Amino acid sequence: MYKKRFDNRKFDESRPIEATISVVENATGSAHFSLGNTKVIAAIEGPKTLHPRRIQDPERGLVRCTYDMMSFSVDDRKRPGPSRREIEIGLVMKNALQPFVLIKEFPKTVVDVYTEVYQADAGTRCASICAASLALADAGVPMRDLVASVSVGKVGDKIVLDLTKKEEDYEEGATDIPISMSGRTKEISHLQLDGCITLDEFKKALDVGEKGCQEIYELQKKVLKEKYGGV
Amino acid sequence: MDKNLRKFVLELASKNLREDKRKLDELRNIEIITGISNKAEGSARVKIGKTDVMVGVKMSVGSPFSDKPKSGVLMTGAEFLPMASPEFESGPPRANAIELARVVDRGIRESKMIDLEKLYIEEDKVWMVFVDVYIMNHDGNLIDAAALGAIAALKSAKMPGYKDGKPDYETRTNALPVKLTPTTTTVSKIGNHFFVDTNQNEEKIVETKLVVTVDDKNIYAMQKSGEGTLKKEQIIEMTEMAFKKRKELLKVLK
Repeated sequence: MYKKRFDNRKFDESRPIEATISVVENATGSAHFSLGNTKVIAAIEGPKTLHPRRIQDPERGLVRCTYDMMSFSVDDRKRPGPSRREIEIGLVMKNALQPFVLIKEFPKTVVDVYTEVYQADAGTRCASICAASLALADAGVPMRDLVASVSVGKVGDKIVLDLTKKEEDYEEGATDIPISMSGRTKEISHLQLDGCITLDEFKKALDVGEKGCQEIYELQKKVLKEKYGGV
Repeated sequence: MDKNLRKFVLELASKNLREDKRKLDELRNIEIITGISNKAEGSARVKIGKTDVMVGVKMSVGSPFSDKPKSGVLMTGAEFLPMASPEFESGPPRANAIELARVVDRGIRESKMIDLEKLYIEEDKVWMVFVDVYIMNHDGNLIDAAALGAIAALKSAKMPGYKDGKPDYETRTNALPVKLTPTTTTVSKIGNHFFVDTNQNEEKIVETKLVVTVDDKNIYAMQKSGEGTLKKEQIIEMTEMAFKKRKELLKVLK
């Protein structure tokens, strides 16, 4: 029985969220995003001509994502260079973001999205997607919606929002469901699950996840409005 | 071209039909042969229609992960062989192959199909279980074929003996500690229709996929794949389809 959360949060409460944009001088757009102790920087380069030319699409552009955990971001040093996990997350991030980017407006090009996790306490892919979405907006890349992302899950017998590493490792078992949802149209572009959960619990978790994404979306809008005015 | 294909597939789908005369929720014929390589601890060849995969399980003795010192190690890899499709090139696995391997791995791991704690041998020595998937021919639905092959190979595996701190491949007696049989189903969305077991032609126009691993009661792993999006209700409907398909998959796994 998980009666009270380790950090005293309510079960459907996310960790403190902070977001800032335009944090990397040389990038077309960038953002910093923190979800409690999980901290990420995202930067955009492009749209720029895609090479090699044979992979260019004359009808649409491409979003390419690189997810990287810095070696010192975790307890046991992570070996630099892309791991299988990071390559998979790069693909998952691309599938989370690209549906909302108006790629037909910049054919034959690529938008590179780089995310760097420098402090990890679970939810790193979600924080990366939140940061990337803001960075894309900051770069002025045409989009039809913003994407917010948070993990929801089951710790012991409770449905909880935004799991910490300690909660993911809960000894009686935890289920982790990172989801990404567009703020305005509420389309889910990313969903993963690992653990053990019934269909009924999963339905509840989706509702809690939607609420979490909406809260992040409000913050994303606020941050963009502060710099660019009406959105 | 793909626009015409999409129109054609959707027109048929509205009558619950597909180009190969199947219904939208109908699987192709599935054939599983186990024991295809006598050097492997367990192996299987799975054919779903023209899709063909070979899976082998090898075991060795190694050190556990530092955070789980009493637990065996499971590792899953996948190779998309160039012979399987003109789209596949030789070289290290690309993102799609890595995704496939990791999704299959999560289904096995999270369902606790294999009791990894029973693979502890002694201080700093555990069994390492390597599951390797080779795609021999690509006609769609690769993840389900790979998962089915991995599950069949693990179920058929016989553990090597243990002598002087090393595996003894001459004596293979005990089965792996298999606790349950998970099943993995990919449900694909084209337009507003949901398909199972898509062939390669259909996959050219699949917008979004949801891969779901379940047993009779629980969901153990999920992955939304592909470049589209889904609504909450659609995800639930697709998950329910995965539960429904389980019975048929169990029948072929026996």
